[in-house]
Amino acid sequence: MPTVTEILETMDYGPAPEATAEVDKWLRAHGPFGHFIDGAFVPGSEYFAVYNPASGTELAQVAQGSDTDVQAAVAAARAALPGWSALPGHDRARWLYAIARGIQKRERFFAVLETLDNGKTIRETRDIDVPLVARHFYHHAGWAEMLAEEFPGHRPVGVCGQIIPWNFPLLMLAWKIAPALAAGNTVVLKPAEYTPLTALAFAEMLAEIGLPKGVVNIVTGDGATGAALVAADVDKIAFTGSTEVGRIIRRATAGTGKKLTLELGGKSPFIVCADADLDAAVEGVVDAIWFNQGQICCAGSRILVQESVETAFTAKLKARLAKLRVGDPLDKSTDMGAIVDPVQLARIRDLVAQGEAEGATLHQAQCALPQTGSFFAPGFFTNVAPANIVAQEEIFGPVATLTTFRTPDEAVELANNTRYGLAGSVWSENINLALDLASQVKAGVLWINCTNVFDAGAGFGGYRESGFGREGGREGMLAYLSDPAVAVRQETAPIPPDTAPHPDAPAIATGIDRTAKLYIGGAQKRPDSGYSYAVVAGGHTLGLAGLGNRKDIRNAVEAAHAAKGWGKATGHNRAQVLYFLAENLAQREAEFARRLAEAGVPDAAEEVAVSIRRAFYYAAQADKFDGAVHSTKTANVTLAMPEPFGVMGIASPADAPLLGFLSLVLPAIAMGNRVVAVPSQNMPLAATDLYQVFETSDLPGGVVNIVTGARDELAKTLAQHDDVVALWYSGPSARMVEEESAGNLKSTWIVANRNWLGSEGQGRGFLLRATQIKNIWVPYGE
Amino acid sequence: MATTKAAPHGNERNPGVVLQTDWFEQVAVNTQAAERRAATLTTRRTVKKEWQAAWLVNAIRCIDLTTLSGDDTPHRVERLCAKARQPLAPHILEGLGLERLHTGAVCVYPTMVPAAVRALKGTSIPVASVATGFPAGLMPLPLRLAEIRYAVDEGAEEIDIVITRAHVLNGDWQALYDEVAQMREACGAAHLKAILATGDLKTLRNVYKASMVAMQAGADFIKTSTGKEGVNATLPVSLVMVRALRDYRDRTGFRIGFKPAGGMRSAKDAIAWQILMKEELGNAWLQPDLFRLGASSMLGDIERQLEHHLTGRYAASSRHALA
Repeated sequence: MPTVTEILETMDYGPAPEATAEVDKWLRAHGPFGHFIDGAFVPGSEYFAVYNPASGTELAQVAQGSDTDVQAAVAAARAALPGWSALPGHDRARWLYAIARGIQKRERFFAVLETLDNGKTIRETRDIDVPLVARHFYHHAGWAEMLAEEFPGHRPVGVCGQIIPWNFPLLMLAWKIAPALAAGNTVVLKPAEYTPLTALAFAEMLAEIGLPKGVVNIVTGDGATGAALVAADVDKIAFTGSTEVGRIIRRATAGTGKKLTLELGGKSPFIVCADADLDAAVEGVVDAIWFNQGQICCAGSRILVQESVETAFTAKLKARLAKLRVGDPLDKSTDMGAIVDPVQLARIRDLVAQGEAEGATLHQAQCALPQTGSFFAPGFFTNVAPANIVAQEEIFGPVATLTTFRTPDEAVELANNTRYGLAGSVWSENINLALDLASQVKAGVLWINCTNVFDAGAGFGGYRESGFGREGGREGMLAYLSDPAVAVRQETAPIPPDTAPHPDAPAIATGIDRTAKLYIGGAQKRPDSGYSYAVVAGGHTLGLAGLGNRKDIRNAVEAAHAAKGWGKATGHNRAQVLYFLAENLAQREAEFARRLAEAGVPDAAEEVAVSIRRAFYYAAQADKFDGAVHSTKTANVTLAMPEPFGVMGIASPADAPLLGFLSLVLPAIAMGNRVVAVPSQNMPLAATDLYQVFETSDLPGGVVNIVTGARDELAKTLAQHDDVVALWYSGPSARMVEEESAGNLKSTWIVANRNWLGSEGQGRGFLLRATQIKNIWVPYGE
Repeated sequence: MATTKAAPHGNERNPGVVLQTDWFEQVAVNTQAAERRAATLTTRRTVKKEWQAAWLVNAIRCIDLTTLSGDDTPHRVERLCAKARQPLAPHILEGLGLERLHTGAVCVYPTMVPAAVRALKGTSIPVASVATGFPAGLMPLPLRLAEIRYAVDEGAEEIDIVITRAHVLNGDWQALYDEVAQMREACGAAHLKAILATGDLKTLRNVYKASMVAMQAGADFIKTSTGKEGVNATLPVSLVMVRALRDYRDRTGFRIGFKPAGGMRSAKDAIAWQILMKEELGNAWLQPDLFRLGASSMLGDIERQLEHHLTGRYAASSRHALA
């Protein structure tokens, strides 16, 4: 050890390792770890080793969960469900409170174990992960307490299969388990194979506090165990991890009715405007991509800097990079610890090498790395072409890209030039500019003048291929609750389109021929196919409708995208259009009722009357269904804003040809979406008759686009379309729709056919599914 | 005076530059971000064992041991000077393997300068004097300048001046610049430490702007507080000031010193501010020519901690000499 005199020369920090004796003792006291099923640890059949990534030494042997293990865990959760879900909210709140307390009483134990298992620094586990874990359980103890009052009519989903990643092992466990338990669900959780130890310690803590057995079950293992859990008899799958695996899960659960939430990858923009506090923004980069070794789905990995400050910013960033300390994660003066596993390290190295080979310039910290363990020196790329692999792919390591922009518009364009949409941050001292950018970046979480700030009170989750569903806050609770029950009605079977000429067509009988074309971009268009099909009811042909095909869908989606103004219009503007639509429909009420009656629609007059009321209802909601300001940090306005998806697809039920169609289209457009809607296959004329109503109601062209034809075929094209963000489908082919939607991981809603005349045909549930919540964090203080 | 980029060698004194408001008028300082950075400085870095002892010793080298009370007397000042000459009990000094150690300076009111100079005779410890109508500074400028000359004449080698806060609050940069420049001139060879009284300036933007003007006007050090404001040295304010002096160095090449003062009482504070200097600036700013801690009771806590380091027993201040 150097002397005081020697240290006075260097003024080094010296070593400051956190002690591990207590955790070592715990690890030694355990033989191989089994699974935690039905309140007890049960041995596995096979085991694998878990390593400390900072040293490469083995920490423990952990069981590889088999199908049988998973089924046993699911059975335990299923058995525990009735008792747990029947508990009064207050009783569940007591359990969640006990868990929160249990975490706090062992905060250092969990922090040290997490650092050993994951390689992240003790500063982060001690100051960030573990406190957030406790906060999450406290917060959700509150939701359990208030559940009946805050979510009337909602029910727990049931048994939830939860699969979590290795980057925040205990925190992701908390994000999954806390809301699930609060809502009355039971859980089977599979931690990541690299980092299962804190979950196992957590299970021991649950046993210690005496949580009813079977409420939480933990099965360890790799992807095969995860796949078994996805396939098991669960009611919901919640997954956090890669977009690639998210897609597999989307396909695997398609059509099963399992509720699904996915929190996936990201390539989040980090926008530094010329008027930003550049030193603050540099620290932001440290908290973004040089945090947790860059292994963060929401990391600000694409730094976008305004050209005029690029030189100054880059110089500051390089100076800051040189100060980072990489090494022993247990040392209290370490900024960056170890990459979770040699496999990940190799992946980072490959991507970084490829980025350099493709012409980007790497600026890397010139720090000495430990001789053993998985370490990677942090850095950033400049001269990154948008096509460079490192600009497109999630590196999941401590390397950002830095590119410049000239104007705010260009910043938005660059920011949104990605498949992902998890998070973003904006650095500007101009509140107008900052909020403008935050509103335009397509992502679920936007941080202004801060980054990677989390709180249980705010929702977290992505847009686009970053997944769907939220974790945290009120919106997160909805992911673990089922909508109030709806009586499902068997749909009248769709009649296959018949394009042959029908001699009994009454076209001329009514005087002048009525031609129902498609409605695209506010104009009536002939179907690309050149075919029409007969609309038949009661053995009579009522008329002909265009037989839409893929290209018509393509054109309609383009038209919908062009109608951008609708999403930016005020709720009041949209309300006016919807009221006007109701007015104009009312003028023709008798005619619509007659046409529906001719088509053999039961309760035709009521269907039109309810349609008018429904337009009033969504006009009323257009400027009232709004967001919240979440209670999170001090001096922080956390805005939870429902935003429209953008372009949605809608496939309508065969029944209630007017009301079923409007019940889906109206809430979607009330929230600012533009839709491509496929009306009732059997009676599309109810929708095509609306063209003139739309036009006289000042509905801008392209907001509602209608393509008639074979519903499932058109729905498939919509599901596959990468520029359609969400799809509502009413019909029997849920599996097809969900499978095909995996391409861009669009949000899907399988809308049960129901009594559209009743109250279940409208409500906030429709609006919730027509929007996605963006949380904007706005810290303040001068 | 230099206009823009000078090329100083070593620790050449800052001659100042002409007032250049474009260096600071558009400055962006985000308060919460500064607070976040300040709060995590000490959670990202720590020193233990020998390193902690060494860092505490270093803090002593940088302390401006201070008494600025209405009841100061020459005897009181002599006692303070004795402590400055021998800040640690001999057995602690020996236990740490050090031959000699003294504080960075002694800081007193102008009328106490003669007593301090006498008491420090034969040492290399400079006497610092506050001046310019300390602490409020609301005296006619000629009197304030005369006060500087008086203290320098009495042997003060460092002058801790206070600025007119109104100039900052009103954005009257020329007036602030002129005032500090004249004070610098009055200091002659004595070093000028500009006390910004950041607790009165309120916003971090004001702190940055006042820092930059003081440096442009030729300050050798910028200092947070008099110790008499409602809020004295804080880490966020210090962060903004050290960033300002870093920017000044980047523009001119001149290195300016930093002195937090007031409100820092513990050994923990001594470590925290040193971490700030090392992280934001580097080791050069851990030396007494560029870093001072304006404190009085902090030394006692450091002495207790160092004794604990040596003996493993928690120490009692009654066993250490008073300042």
